[in-house]
This record gives sequence, structure tokens and C-alpha cells, in this order.
Amino acid sequence: MSLLELKNVSKIYGNLHALDHVSLKVEKGEWLAIMGPSGSGKSTMMNIIGALDKATEGEILLDGEDISKKNARALTDIRRDKIGLIFQQFHLVSYLTAVENVMLAQYYHSIPDEKEALEALDRVGLANRAKHYPSQLSGGEQQRVCVARALINYPEIILADEPTGNLDEANEEIVVELFRRLHMEGTTLVVVTHNPEVAEVAQRTIVLRNGRVDHETVNENFTGKIKHITLQ
Amino acid sequence: MFVRMIGKAFLRQWKKMLMIAFTIALGASLATAMLSVMMDVEDKMNQELKAYGANITVVPKSTSVISELYDVDDENISGKYLKEEELGKIKTIFWAFNIVDYTPFISTQVKLDSGNEVTLTGTWFNHHMDLPTGETLDAGIASLRSWWTVDGEWIDEQTPGSEKCAMVGSGVAKRENLKVGDTLHVEGKKDALDLTIKGIFDAGGEEDDLIYVPVDTAQQLGGLEGKIDSIEVSALTTPDNELARKAAKDPSSLSVSQYETWYCTAYVSSICYQIEEVVTDSVASAVRQVADSEGQILNKTRLLMILITILSMIGAALGICNLVTASVMERSQEIGLMKAIGAHNPAITALVLTEVLCTALIGGVAGFYAGIGFAQIIGHSVFSASISIRPMVIPVVAVLVALVTLIGSMPAVRMLLNLRPTEVLHGR
Repeated sequence: MSLLELKNVSKIYGNLHALDHVSLKVEKGEWLAIMGPSGSGKSTMMNIIGALDKATEGEILLDGEDISKKNARALTDIRRDKIGLIFQQFHLVSYLTAVENVMLAQYYHSIPDEKEALEALDRVGLANRAKHYPSQLSGGEQQRVCVARALINYPEIILADEPTGNLDEANEEIVVELFRRLHMEGTTLVVVTHNPEVAEVAQRTIVLRNGRVDHETVNENFTGKIKHITLQ
Repeated sequence: MFVRMIGKAFLRQWKKMLMIAFTIALGASLATAMLSVMMDVEDKMNQELKAYGANITVVPKSTSVISELYDVDDENISGKYLKEEELGKIKTIFWAFNIVDYTPFISTQVKLDSGNEVTLTGTWFNHHMDLPTGETLDAGIASLRSWWTVDGEWIDEQTPGSEKCAMVGSGVAKRENLKVGDTLHVEGKKDALDLTIKGIFDAGGEEDDLIYVPVDTAQQLGGLEGKIDSIEVSALTTPDNELARKAAKDPSSLSVSQYETWYCTAYVSSICYQIEEVVTDSVASAVRQVADSEGQILNKTRLLMILITILSMIGAALGICNLVTASVMERSQEIGLMKAIGAHNPAITALVLTEVLCTALIGGVAGFYAGIGFAQIIGHSVFSASISIRPMVIPVVAVLVALVTLIGSMPAVRMLLNLRPTEVLHGR
């Protein structure tokens, strides 16, 4: 059974079909990249997979459970328990430190545990920046805090929307390397990106165009081999 | 984590929180001042209005009914007089504390040297009483007729020899060519006395044709020992309402609970009823003109205070509404993120409302103390006296502040509930 399955999913805004009968499967532990030009429906798909929005038509099965007909409260529970979200703009709470931003996800999930939050920051190489506020962190560091926050509740799937869109090359490489490590540890990743270099390190890439899956490529050279990048 | 978030949110938006606190403080201070004045104004206004005379008269039942109905004037009618010995009982009724002044009257006809007959009235001037409660009271017409113009001075009952003194009305003084310090020979039905004129008063009415002396002197002259014609009482009263009007007609028509409410409220009819209970064969009635005027003035003043309180609270609510809505709009991405990572609407609402209510608490406390100051300014400038702050004001202001804060925050909460994470996190 696939971890995530979309069956004929459409999202219609008036006359615009942002997603048009899209079907897709993501297996557990898979790393999928979603590419496409602006307006192709990448973010719409991301929102629907991430339970942030509802599809107009079709079924979305997450871990065997159809989430397409769930109400807002149930979708919030699904986001909290099963999905880790990473945003292009980071969206860290400005008045909370790095570790508190990670603990925020714990707080709405269960019980905040500072030690565990510090361990999550350590995994992304930011243990020494735990008490820093977002304004005191670089873009790359903020995105790594975002990754730690997405990981803290052990989600079934990590959804990253243009995770390197606001990063320079060096930080982009660090974030990609983090994804590679997560994948090696068995995390399921869905990464929406414009950047072919980010997409080509994924196991599989689908390309959207006009709300439909235009084509799909499998990375035959995928090794999942971790580069030795010093995160500190 | 919740407390940490609240604390840090405070520090981050301290300017906005300060504005919210200031807005609430302004509303709370006005509410505190107005409520304090409103609750205390009754006593203050009553005290002011007491300068215009008594609001209750007590007469013997026979005088009230038989004399009025059958126009008889027989001194032998049983119960025509009230008993002097019962005067002290007036300060023992349930509303004794509200009896601020009273004085008895006993009148008799006396003949002057000129051969003219004049009505001589015995009364208290500044009669000193030691009450069973331990309090003392100096009662009499010196305070009940404060508007009289007196040439000379009021009789001081505490001075030895005061029983041989008299105060003469300006009409009598003019007719008899009397001056302050003159000796006035009066001949009553039972006795004759030489009285020293301590003062000549101008009351501007029928009283100018009377002579006032201490009660004992009048009783001695008329042979009316221990007898009293009438009593005038000045009492602090609560303005009449429907219940008071119903009770005034017939207290027996009230239900038990209505009776208790009426009896335990300082309505003029309730006080009259209680006076009748302690003074044998008496009829106590309100001087309607005075009582009604007092009630109307008090009601209008109270209404004004309530309107100012309501307006200040509406103003505060509008201010809070703008500030909290602006704060939520400013934090929409943060709120969207919280929703995205699993926060339910009640949790975020609780966070925002706790922040606002904590701010309201600070503003409310500051406003309360400022309000006490405003109340004192109003008290001293209007009544030349301090306004006592009733404990009741605290919960009322607290509830008002909480209500205004919650109502003012409603549009922001509604916006927060309708906020969709996708709109603020992706900008679409």
C-alpha cells in the first residue's frame, strides 16, 4: 500500500483548473520531486497533499485513509500527526528562539520537550544556535530550523515547498544534504522545486504542466549516498 | 510553552500592548470614577438636599385623621400629642443610620405684654443625644432651617440658662418692636416667664410670626409636660420605585419577599413605616415635594453617570477592536503557521485572548487607581467632600473591563478563525 495516493484529484477555482484529474502514488520512504513552471499547479498540489486545502474532486489517501472529505478540524489533526511542512519563506516565529520554534510544533502536537528539540536542532547542525532568534540566523540556518521543526513529531511524510528558493548555493547544498540524510533514515520526502539540481537528487521527479502530470522521470543514478558536508 | 509565548509576545509588541492597556485604562478610569460617584452621590446629594429641610413629618394619629376629617380641636382627644419620651426611639429603627436630623415641635398660645397673643413653639435647637449605638447626634432646627437669616445667634442648648432664651420671628419682632437681647415677658396657660431674645430670624414665611423656645420651656408655659405636637425628620432616602409606591399605599398588599425588599430599602415610605412602629399612635408621612425632587435629581444624576460609563466603555471597546485587529493582521503569518503545524482555532484564540486579557488586567488596575483619583477630583470640585470608594465598584469595573475587552476582541477573533494558512503562508 502506498503511503500517499492521489486519485483523479482536481482543484478548480471558477473556470481555472489548478489541478486537473491528477493521479499519483508516493511509496513509503520514497523521495519525490515535483517540478513545473509557475502556475502549473505545484503549490496547489502541495497544499492538498499537506492537508492545508481541500480538493474539488478526487480522493487523497494518506496512509490508507481518505483525507479528501475530512473537515477542517480533522485536517488540522492530520497535519499535526502525519505531515512535516517546510516553507520557502521559513515562517519561523520571530519572537521565539530556534529551539522554541521547534518546541512550538511539539506544543501543538503533545508536550514540549526542550531536550528533544535540542537534539532535533543538533541533527540539522544547529545545536550551538539554539538560543538565537530567527533574525540572528542566516537564511540557511533558518531553513534548517524549519527542517528540525518539521521532523520533531516524527511525521509520516515531509513536504517541502521550494525549500532552497531563498538560499544561496552553499546553504542549498546543506539543505539538500539534510534531505538526503532524512531519506537514508527512511523519511518520505515530497519536494516541490523549480531548481533542477534539487530535483535531480530525488528518486523520482514528476513534472506538472497546466494542472496535469506532464511526464515523470526516475533517477536511475540515484544512490542516496551522503556527501560529507559539515553542517556546523 | 504557553506562558513563554505570552511573555515573549508581550515583549515583542510592547508598544501595541501599551496602547491597548492605555485604552482600557482610560475606559476603566472613567467607569471607576463614574460608578464611585454614582454610588456615593446618593449620600452626597442627600446631604446637600438636607439643607433644604426635613422630608418626613410625624404627627399624632388623631390629629392626622380626626382633626382633618371632622375639623375638631379638642385637647382631650386621646392621642392628640406624641410622647416626648419616645423621641429617642426614632434613632433605633432599622434605618436609624439614615436619620440625619430631626426635631420635635410643641406649640402653645402665649400673651405678650402688649396684650397680643402669639404662638410659641418649643423645639430642639442643637439637642445633644447619646445614642445606644455609641454615636452622638446634635439635632434640631439650627441645622434643619439652615436657610433662615438670623440676627443675633441660635439658641445653644448646651449653654446653661438656654431654657430662658427665645428666638423671635421677624414679624413678631417688628410688631412688638423687639431687639436681640431684650427681655420678653410671656404668659402661657399654666405659667409666665421672662425670656431673653437670643436671635431674631427671618424665615420668609408663616414662621416669622412665631416665637421659638426650647421644648421644656414651651411645655412649662402651656402645661404640656411630656407632650409633642409633631416631629420633622430629615432622612437619607432611596428614590421611590413601583414597589415603594405600592407599599406607600398599603404595605399589607405586599408579598413576603416584596415586604422584605421594601422594608430593607431606605424608601421614604419604608422609613415612615418604621417610625410609626416606634412612635405610639403616630402617622409619619413624606413631604412629597422634597422627597420627589430629591428622587428626580438623584435619578437624573445617576442616569448621566451611567451614560458616561457606557460611552466610555463603548469608546474603549472600539479602541481595543482596532488595536487587536491590527495586531492579528500583523501576526497573520505567525497564526497561519500555527494552524499549519497543527494548532486548532480554540488554542490560537486562547493565546490571543490571554494576551489581550493580561493587557486588560494591567490597564484595568491602572485605570481603577486613576479612576479613584478622578472620583476624588469630582468629589472635591462638586461636593467639596471625598468620594468613598465602595468595594462593589471593583467587581463591577472588573466585569465591565473583561466584557469590553472580549467584545472589542471579537472582530479580531473572527478574523483569526477565518484565516486560512494557505493564504498567508504562500500569499495565495
